[in-house]
Amino acid sequence: MKVHPLLIELIQVFVLLFAAPLFAGWVKMVKCWSQGRTSPSLLQPYRDLCKLFSKDVALAENASWIFRSTPYLVFGVTVLAGGIIPIISVDLPLSATADVIALVALFAIARFFTALAGMDIGTSFGGMGSSREMTIASLAEPAMLMAIFAVSLASKSTSLSQMAIVVSQGYSILRPSLAFALLAFILIALTETGRVPVDNPATHLELTMIHEAMILEYSGRHLALIEWAKMMKLFLFITLGIAVFFPWGIDAAGGAAGLASSFLIMSLKLGISGVGLVLIETGLAKMRIFRVTEFLGSAFLFATLGMLSFFILE
Amino acid sequence: MSYAFAAQLNSLLAALILLTAFAMLVQRRMYALLHLFAWQGLFLSISTAVVGFAAQSHHLYISSVLTLAIKVILLPYILHVLIRKLKIHREVETIVNVPTTMLIGIALVIFSYHLTAPIRELSTLMTKSTLAVALATVMLGLLMMITRRHAVTQIIGFLAMENGLFFAATSATYGMPLVVELGVALDILIAAFIFGIFFFHINTTFDSLDVDQMARLKEED
Amino acid sequence: MILLVLLCVPLVASLALAFIGDRKFAPEVNILGSAATFVAGIALALEVYHHGPMLAGDKFFFVDAFNVYLAVLTSFVSMTTALFSRRYMRREREHGTIGHRRIRFYHAMFQLFIFAMLLCLLTNNVGVLWIAMELATLSTVLLVSLYRTPSAIEAAWKYFILCGVGIALALFGTVLLYFAAEKVLGAGGEALLWTNLSQVSDQLEPTILSLAFVFLMVGYGTKVGLVPVHNWLPDAHSEGPTPISAVLSGLLLNIALYALVRCKVLVDGSTGTHHAGNIMMGFGILSVIVASFSLLRQKDIKRMFAYSSIEHMGITTFAFGLGGPVATFGALLHMLVHSLTKSAIFFTVGHASQMHRTQDMDRIQGLIRGNPLVGWGMTFGVMAIVGMPPFGVFMSEFLILTATIKDAPLMAPFLLLGLGVTFAALFRKVQPMVTGEVPPHQKFLKVAHVPVLLHMFLVLGIGIYMPKFLADWFHTAVGLLK
Repeated sequence: MKVHPLLIELIQVFVLLFAAPLFAGWVKMVKCWSQGRTSPSLLQPYRDLCKLFSKDVALAENASWIFRSTPYLVFGVTVLAGGIIPIISVDLPLSATADVIALVALFAIARFFTALAGMDIGTSFGGMGSSREMTIASLAEPAMLMAIFAVSLASKSTSLSQMAIVVSQGYSILRPSLAFALLAFILIALTETGRVPVDNPATHLELTMIHEAMILEYSGRHLALIEWAKMMKLFLFITLGIAVFFPWGIDAAGGAAGLASSFLIMSLKLGISGVGLVLIETGLAKMRIFRVTEFLGSAFLFATLGMLSFFILE
Repeated sequence: MSYAFAAQLNSLLAALILLTAFAMLVQRRMYALLHLFAWQGLFLSISTAVVGFAAQSHHLYISSVLTLAIKVILLPYILHVLIRKLKIHREVETIVNVPTTMLIGIALVIFSYHLTAPIRELSTLMTKSTLAVALATVMLGLLMMITRRHAVTQIIGFLAMENGLFFAATSATYGMPLVVELGVALDILIAAFIFGIFFFHINTTFDSLDVDQMARLKEED
Repeated sequence: MILLVLLCVPLVASLALAFIGDRKFAPEVNILGSAATFVAGIALALEVYHHGPMLAGDKFFFVDAFNVYLAVLTSFVSMTTALFSRRYMRREREHGTIGHRRIRFYHAMFQLFIFAMLLCLLTNNVGVLWIAMELATLSTVLLVSLYRTPSAIEAAWKYFILCGVGIALALFGTVLLYFAAEKVLGAGGEALLWTNLSQVSDQLEPTILSLAFVFLMVGYGTKVGLVPVHNWLPDAHSEGPTPISAVLSGLLLNIALYALVRCKVLVDGSTGTHHAGNIMMGFGILSVIVASFSLLRQKDIKRMFAYSSIEHMGITTFAFGLGGPVATFGALLHMLVHSLTKSAIFFTVGHASQMHRTQDMDRIQGLIRGNPLVGWGMTFGVMAIVGMPPFGVFMSEFLILTATIKDAPLMAPFLLLGLGVTFAALFRKVQPMVTGEVPPHQKFLKVAHVPVLLHMFLVLGIGIYMPKFLADWFHTAVGLLK
């Protein structure tokens, strides 16, 4: 039985919306285990979101329309990004219209408005967070594009679906260009999703926070939307990594059985990636912000080496 | 293991060797640097064995074992002991301008690629493309010796250069004749003995292994 | 057979001296070993002179007119240096500069160094040539730092690192050479034998060999001490013990140049152009100019003569690069006379600095009055080294200069400029040292007469009348290097 592509797209968006908090819960759970603490329930992120949605919004007096509309915009853009990445199937109508460069641009839009909103109220923390976020972004985005170019050289396309199809054939993971690109990608994903060693999602310490500083003024459903978008961003970066570097098992035929198996395999991969993420986070200490340039510099280096080794070794 | 698979595996190992070369360039901690060097040796040894298998040239197995014994076990062990005895394992080197160093490194990789182009055209071996990586490893070792100011680091850079040379021999010609490889290994061992002595001399004379201390001999004006 | 003896004697002597250590007769054993090496060298030379080039040890060794003369030179200078170092090192011990463990080390390493150089010269395998060259470096590194002063350690470290890097590049060049050779001769040890390579040199891929030569040039050029990769040389010469300075200058540089010239012959055969020669000429003339101007500002006596060595190596490299029978003849002769003269100068320099307990030229005075042999030895040595007639250096430099004016007239002014500046610099610096009153801090010392006199007479003899067998030899070598 062939499932209609639009239906697949719809299923995928629902998967994104409801699996993202679950994945965030899973990461938190593994992290607690690894540190020998009792963890909150796997469903805790849902409860948090419900709680925030039911609360009233407290707005600052001088908040402009930017501040008010940013949560909806960020949320919407992130959901749209979720439509591009092949999570359970490569046969996506949106993936055909928007390639990976558009994906990077979508994330950039979300970041741009978050940074504006951070400055909108005029508190010092918000402005500091925005400036840090943009500093890091200016380094992360070129590295991200380089990493993507390295992969697209190998797959001869910038469409994510096409990349997934090409990479899933042959011993592609043994290709040096992809190995380098993967390394670069891991570093960038850690940065973009605000994990240790670049940012700490669990802290509200004035001096170290980056992302949290920008959204400090949000409350109620605004905060809920932003938090939800943040969880989805983490989820999306992991699935993006899986789709580009470990695409085996992602359904290409579009049948119902294929989708189901694809869903199961994806859950398994996500579970493992969550453990991997925790391992990285526990293994590293948070860096001083001035060291982040070196961190992202090496991401850029790896991505460039990936491109070079495509020419040299392949 | 098929021929194509071996070729691909060898490319990946070449990439890993290049990666360790870059990582060494910017690693500040002594022990971590030493471990990177050992990893590089290990990749080199595996790559040599893979090439030996794919090309049916069995003397490469001997080279592979020799690399494993000297570059992965013996030299790191000696350096480890020296670092402990000299009490420098806590030292963290200051490296200036990591991004610039990395950019120079990338330029060197491109340069090596360009320089080895005529060889790639002439060679019929499966390893022909890794020669550029080998030369790049040599160059990066050289760069490391120039940019770093610590005696132990400079020696590790020197040994990384030797790794690159060995890799070059494997890539270009499936290894030099055995007598030459044995001789080179012997020379490296003697060199290890000598720099071991040197570390102690430098440390007792200058109270530090920082080679910037050594600035007596200059042209007088 | 003789070849085996020639190589074994220094090796055995090295082992024996390691066991003898600092016994009273250790210097004599050192001399004896070197003398035996010299005798073996002469015997080998006679055999080659009568029967022509020979291969030995399953083609592993190869002797022709080019390397046998250098082998004799090496063993001869090492013998006279051993003679000189007997007194010199004994005095250093009395001063308490070095202890008996280091004497043991010095003697053993000295012989090992001789062995490494002879192996370099006599081996037929280009790979083994590299190994022996590295061995020669390694065996002298710790000799340079023998005094353990901060500057000696610094010099030795520089020597170790720079030559290590240089020689690593030469290995890359050798790998490329093997790559090209393998295509013609097939894989295996045969493809690295120089005799095989030289026969098929016209079939070797020219682009690869040109590339290989660049690496070999920089690599071995570092050991030759060519500008701009010469920085280790003045330091190593000035801080090491004087006998080591004498053999480094007189022998090791020659050996490295020998390796370079052997490679050049292959590259020339392959490319059929003057590409390699041009590179050598460039490096050579640059060395001459830079070294001659550096001479002007030296204060340390050994450092100054180290720069003079760079200059002469530059001349020789230039001449080999120029090619052609006259220039090559001049270059071969220049290698011989420079090595004899320079080691003689270093012998007198060693005595002079021991007499004054300093290497600072401002504090060295009145050598002729203080000790005529040292004073006159240095005077004549310097006259010889700057190329005054009737010494041998004049003849070789004259030959090289005429060849330059004929084949590369544009280079001649530069060469002349270098020679002129050197002449002025050396005389200006040496004249106050040898003349004048004896300063109060000068001490009279008994000196080793034989090495200095022997070397100077030989240089003078070659300058006045070149024996026929020597000329024959050079002619054969010139034929080989075409």
